[in-house]
Amino acid sequence: MSLLSFVEWVASTRASVAMHESIWMFPIVESVHVLGLCLFLGIAVLWDLRLLGVTFGDVPALDMNRVLMPWMWTGAVVMVVSGIAVYLNDPIRYYNNVFFRLKAVMLVLAVLNAWVFEIGIFRRIGDWERDSRTPLTARLAGVASLVLWAAIVIAGRMIAYNWFDKK
Amino acid sequence: MLLPFFKWCEGSWFGQTVSNSVYLFPVIEAFHLLALAVIGGAVLIVDMRLVGLGMRRQSVSRVAKGAEPWLIGSLLVMLVTGFLLMTSEAMRCYYNLAFWVKMWSLLFAMIFTFTIQRTVVRADASTVTPTRAKLVAVISLLLWSGVGIGGRGIGFY
Repeated sequence: MSLLSFVEWVASTRASVAMHESIWMFPIVESVHVLGLCLFLGIAVLWDLRLLGVTFGDVPALDMNRVLMPWMWTGAVVMVVSGIAVYLNDPIRYYNNVFFRLKAVMLVLAVLNAWVFEIGIFRRIGDWERDSRTPLTARLAGVASLVLWAAIVIAGRMIAYNWFDKK
Repeated sequence: MLLPFFKWCEGSWFGQTVSNSVYLFPVIEAFHLLALAVIGGAVLIVDMRLVGLGMRRQSVSRVAKGAEPWLIGSLLVMLVTGFLLMTSEAMRCYYNLAFWVKMWSLLFAMIFTFTIQRTVVRADASTVTPTRAKLVAVISLLLWSGVGIGGRGIGFY
């Protein structure tokens, strides 16, 4: 089964048709997605900035991590669930939209970046959590995360425009 | 009373430039969204500390001090990009209910954040009773959520 025929099947599901035909669901779900952005990305940015030692340098990194992560994960769940619902609104159009494709690729990269951080330098956080100048790999993970998520938000916003859609 | 101002915005060179360009509105909008994420984080971390949901080893004033430059920086980006977006469709905004919900929420959110909340946040922890601190956090969250929901609503209303 090709990707396109899978997307066509998704578009034919009841959930997709319901999203598409409802007047209120899309605005509501889209609003939840935007507010979820505050929760998820706002928290992620603060954590990345701590990894860079830009802010909260005198607060132990593990302290910040313990506070931020439950909220970041809550935000992530909100983003994924509302994001899937938004996607169901018009799967075939998104399939043809270059910004959607860019966003999908960068999402994978952002998750990979977080995973590499998690299994790498984060395992030794005890050694550096009190340093305002964090290890190089932690700083790299922070920069990669900030750049990728910013690009994901920009690409996500641009999905609304069909400048480069195949006709 | 504000109608002449909105008419002036709509006719201004920057309003015209943004509304005549294919790419400017989306690009400015994207930066508006990025600043939204940052302001969300800066507001949440302080409000969560006030409610007592985290970073208890740091004082409220310490958390607020760390968040403040990001709050003010992102707020400035929001105001500048938001103003440009508004001028590109000033008359539509003027007659848009969601736009006014957003503006009133924003006005109250800013006043609340920089007066009452700032006083509570900067006070020594012993002088701030938890109930009052929690109330301040809840009001702050409600006001800023109103700004976000109103803002998203402009596009739909």
